[in-house]
Amino acid sequence: MSRANGVSRLLTLATLVPALAACGAGDSEGGPEAGSAAPGATAVATSDPGDGMTRRAGAAEPVYGFGTPATAAQIAAWDIDIGPDGAGLPPGQGTVAEGLEVWERHRCILCHGPTGREGPNDLLTGRIPGDEFPFANDRSLRSTVGNYWPYATTLFDYTRRAMPFDLPGTMTDEEVYAVVGAMLYFNDLLPADAVVDSATVVDTRMPARDRFVPDNRTGGPTIR
Amino acid sequence: MPEGARDGVEAGRETDGNGGDVNDREEGSGLTRRALIAGAAAAAGGAITASATRGLVQEAQDPTKVPGARPVTVGSRSPHETPEKLLSGSMGGSSRTPLQDLHGIMTPADLHFERHHHGIPYIDPATYRLLIHGMVDRPTLFTLEDLKRFPQVSKLLFIECSGNGGGAYAPSPSPQHTPQSVDGLLSTSEWTGVALSTLFEEVGAHADATWFLAEGSDAAVMGRSIPMEKAWDDAMIAYAQNGEAIRPEQGYPARVFLPGWEGNASVKWVRRIELSDRPGMYRDETSKYTDPLPDGTARQFSFVMDAKSIITYPTYPRRLPGPGFIEISGYAWTGRGLIERVEVSTDGGDSWHDAVLQEPVLPKCTTRFRHGWEWDGGPAHLLSRATDETGYTQPIRQQVLDARGPGTRYHSNAIRGWRVASDGSIEFAPV
Ligand code: HEC
Repeated sequence: MSRANGVSRLLTLATLVPALAACGAGDSEGGPEAGSAAPGATAVATSDPGDGMTRRAGAAEPVYGFGTPATAAQIAAWDIDIGPDGAGLPPGQGTVAEGLEVWERHRCILCHGPTGREGPNDLLTGRIPGDEFPFANDRSLRSTVGNYWPYATTLFDYTRRAMPFDLPGTMTDEEVYAVVGAMLYFNDLLPADAVVDSATVVDTRMPARDRFVPDNRTGGPTIR
Repeated sequence: MPEGARDGVEAGRETDGNGGDVNDREEGSGLTRRALIAGAAAAAGGAITASATRGLVQEAQDPTKVPGARPVTVGSRSPHETPEKLLSGSMGGSSRTPLQDLHGIMTPADLHFERHHHGIPYIDPATYRLLIHGMVDRPTLFTLEDLKRFPQVSKLLFIECSGNGGGAYAPSPSPQHTPQSVDGLLSTSEWTGVALSTLFEEVGAHADATWFLAEGSDAAVMGRSIPMEKAWDDAMIAYAQNGEAIRPEQGYPARVFLPGWEGNASVKWVRRIELSDRPGMYRDETSKYTDPLPDGTARQFSFVMDAKSIITYPTYPRRLPGPGFIEISGYAWTGRGLIERVEVSTDGGDSWHDAVLQEPVLPKCTTRFRHGWEWDGGPAHLLSRATDETGYTQPIRQQVLDARGPGTRYHSNAIRGWRVASDGSIEFAPV
């Protein structure tokens, strides 16, 4: 889901893909607005996929003219992802209490247990004392929403698109808000009486939020 | 829990990412089943003598004294050849390529490994569409026929699940691992399609788009975020594999293909690509497919598959027939480009010998290596280690432990090995 212009960049290109910055792809804050052609684009991102022809960003005209313009309705039908900034979150809300009903009604309970701890499928619930992150050092630790997921937006996104496993994508947005609330409640990240809407999903600070770092493997002799 | 069972759980844990539900099989069961099937086919075939009957073992007769079978519209293997993938997982799950049964570098399409999180979707090619939108001037829908009209790219490339080899990283790996059970989430094909850069130019990609988000039309609507740099480099939308349309389990009718990168990111059954200026933080790039590190962080977007090799002959459960010449052979590969060197040791790493790299040696493709060995009938420990063009050499397990700790789940590439006993029996024994 495209995010609104002006929302501050969560991860800059330079942090994640240093080589990109080096090759000059535009990364400046306050750069050209999404939706307009980038000035000077032809100079930056180019490639030759092996047929001797150079590809470039910002081409003012299609080169071949194959394909059909996509309408806004066609895009909306498939554009379901929820960004870490909340872009794409639908209107609506639910409560933790409703979420506990959804947990039974949509049979989450059968595959993840009464509180998301009991299985038989993926473990969803559990915090680590002090919210530490000792996964590399302790092979027996299992990751959960509460100890490993950096964003609650991901929980909304994944639950809405993929769960319940055998009937994916069958819940209403209100039910998804509610059941996301239940899972955050199981993980002591929301109180039992919480109302869950888009702001809740964006603002819930996940314990593992700052744990993720870019890949520092670069080839060469060092084992990382 | 018995040793083998524990290792089965471990092997499942890496492919599943979180472990609970996959790989409940027992090591080696695939071989047993194969043997049973071959036996059944032989029994059934004994009664059938019609020479045109294919797919069944026939009664032995002098083939020079009877006319042979007629041409067929679709060929099939000799009934004596019954390689099979090894299945694991009850939901989603995976199947592993029988590396020990293959020669050269190519994987027959029907033996290509599978890893999917929500099953194989049925997609009608006539109604298939790929949507490209977001930070582009011209949001566009492409039919399959549209995609096929663009200039083609075609390359021999490996693809590997980043959970491959988790069974080798376990604290005490099962000695009954086969190449297939430990590293069978690796396959090599000729992949044909259209360069993503061609499509991105066509739709007027913005120069300040830094990521593209790819989603499949499977039940997981599998999503991954990929740096645009990969699109301008060598990413493609593939619609063919080994000369034919991609198989359903590999993403029919079209998939993303990211040469050298962890398989999960090469989204199959792709239906939507959105250009953006930040990643989507999908489940499969946060909860899964990230690598915890000893300093309390986790590596994210760790796409490249580092150099790795595995001897595929001779390996468990084979038994060496007796002293004499053995050609040790296997695969080496790296997501960073070319394999530059493969060394083989027969004494557990005390001495190393350069293996022969069989042509073709191609970037981001498996390379077949061979090393002639005179077995003296004594105990031996066979190892292989690959070095890629960046100067990276496949580490031993302790080096990976030092860098990543025991809890890491993906990108397991430490040196694999096989211990040969004096009676010719062989066990899996990585170092
Ligand atoms: C039929 C069994 C089943 C049901 C019912 C089910 N799930 Fe799941 N769930 C699974 C499986 C299997 C996975 C793992 C899928 C994978 O690995 O790709 C999973 C994964 C998840 C995950 C991601 C876990 C992780 O660590 O990445 C979440 C969150 C989740 N389920 C929530 C729910 C919710 C909420 C419901 C009810 C609306 C639900 N599930 C119903 C089987 C089920």
